[in-house]
Amino acid sequence: MAIKGRVWKFGDHVDTDAIIPARYLHTSDPAELAKHCMEDADPRFAGQVQHGDIIVGGRNFGCGSSREHAPIAIKAAGVSCVIAASFARIFFRNALNVGLPILESPEAARQIEPGDLVEVFLGEGLIRNVTRGEEYHAAPLPEFMQRIVDCGGIINYVRQRIQDRG
Amino acid sequence: MRKGWGALGMTITEKILAAHAERDRVEPGELITVKVDMVLGNDITAPVAIDQFRKTGARTVFDPNKIALVPDHFVPNKDIKSALQCAKVKEFAREQGIPHYFEVGRMGIEHCLLPEQGLVRPGDVIIGADSHTCTYGALGAFATGVGSTDMAAAMTLGEIWLKVPESMKFVYYGKPRRWVYGKDLILYTIGQIGVDGAAYKAMEFCGESIENLSMDSRFTMANMAVEAGAKNGIIAADEVTLEYVRERAKGKCRVFESDPDANYSAVYEYDVSKIEPQVALPHLPDNVRPISEVGEVRIDQAVIGSCTNGRMEDLRAAAEVLRGRRVHPEVRLLVFPGTQQIYLQAIREGLVEIFVEAGAAISTPTCGPCLGGHMGVLAEGEKAIATTNRNFVGRMGHPKSEVYLSNAAVAAASAVKGRIASPEEL
Repeated sequence: MAIKGRVWKFGDHVDTDAIIPARYLHTSDPAELAKHCMEDADPRFAGQVQHGDIIVGGRNFGCGSSREHAPIAIKAAGVSCVIAASFARIFFRNALNVGLPILESPEAARQIEPGDLVEVFLGEGLIRNVTRGEEYHAAPLPEFMQRIVDCGGIINYVRQRIQDRG
Repeated sequence: MRKGWGALGMTITEKILAAHAERDRVEPGELITVKVDMVLGNDITAPVAIDQFRKTGARTVFDPNKIALVPDHFVPNKDIKSALQCAKVKEFAREQGIPHYFEVGRMGIEHCLLPEQGLVRPGDVIIGADSHTCTYGALGAFATGVGSTDMAAAMTLGEIWLKVPESMKFVYYGKPRRWVYGKDLILYTIGQIGVDGAAYKAMEFCGESIENLSMDSRFTMANMAVEAGAKNGIIAADEVTLEYVRERAKGKCRVFESDPDANYSAVYEYDVSKIEPQVALPHLPDNVRPISEVGEVRIDQAVIGSCTNGRMEDLRAAAEVLRGRRVHPEVRLLVFPGTQQIYLQAIREGLVEIFVEAGAAISTPTCGPCLGGHMGVLAEGEKAIATTNRNFVGRMGHPKSEVYLSNAAVAAASAVKGRIASPEEL
């Protein structure tokens, strides 16, 4: 399935406090969290983001806290996928677990500019920059992680394990 | 299994993971499933985990004794929404018969509390829905932070999938200077390697300076491994560790250590005698300078406490600086003991009296100010020095406020001077 959207670009080390400030963590309601997504990095973001838009970050995207509220907020804001040069490890796990598509591609993170129209083919790990007529490739997920994604996340995987136990 | 031809020894991290995967050996990069000895959640992360747990179809957690629930972030409840989150955690603990639920008045900041209560031990695998879960590596355990859904999966199955990390070795030698603590060693190290310098890796801290380090300072170092992007920080258990756990831990401790021929992706050596007290400037923990090079920075608030530096060593250092002195008229000094036990000990040692006489406010244990939650939020343009672990944009309040990270003695000296200052200046 192809994803297509306009790019919001951020720098290196976008931390979870920038993605969703702790002052809003007294709730885990996705719609509430979406209202404050990226607030401390770009206060315009939550008001202007369009359904399907894509976030492009630099190195170490999602560093900091373990709050799953971060990928939940991004997903609930309507963002279709996050591309970054690299992801912090807890954010990476959380994104897989909440079903937010993420792609690691230093080349894409370098080349894509704010506002570019970008198409993403998740299965192939292909990123096509429609605005610039360029293509970039993302590293595929390890097979085990792909299985979790194919199951629809770790919770479905666990449910299956429990049913197998009887 | 004996070591095969060409097989290298293992690191302490690899040995603990192998033991919990019921394997003789694991290799960095392998995806494995390990049994967990403790699963932790707090009032922000556990409510989401509870919702996810319900979706698994499981009726009971794998083992109520191996789950710890510590409402500590927005407690005492800061507003109605926070109260609802805490109530949900409490109700879940009651429903599942989880004994290690800690209520306000008997609680502490989770990463100060669990070791103190003996719930985490050398050789254990601990996962927690809080990034600073890596703190327990100071006991010679494997401990790492995860999100709420992973916490839910672990509460259900008693296991978690992990990629075996490569290990980086950090060797510290030499005698520390006056006013230098574990906080300064870890800030210095993060300054050297950067906030993603240990991404996905194990940071193993060793050397004579670590052997001579207090347990409290070791917790501080392991606590901030995540600020370099690490999966875990770890210090092999020794006599200092065993003395700490002997009077606390229930059950058996397993002491592991790295083989001399274990493989490391990098080895760093630092001469501690050359390290001054360190300060991380806004807005990343790797923006570190020695205190002598910080320059003139006036402050509005000083915070002493948190899972990083809310232990007795920190409170004693702060009290030593503050004894007979007054907090600067334009500064708020907030002191947060890490647990009720630490609070009581600080009262018994007369530290609380010193703080109050100096003009400090003292709070029940909470994470509140560290993450700009409550009990010490900064206004636009305000600056704080804090013994906490993060100085990201907006971390302690307004997006245009600033946080500087230091040890407790420097924070106390700065509170007195009204600007970032070394205790040597007093």
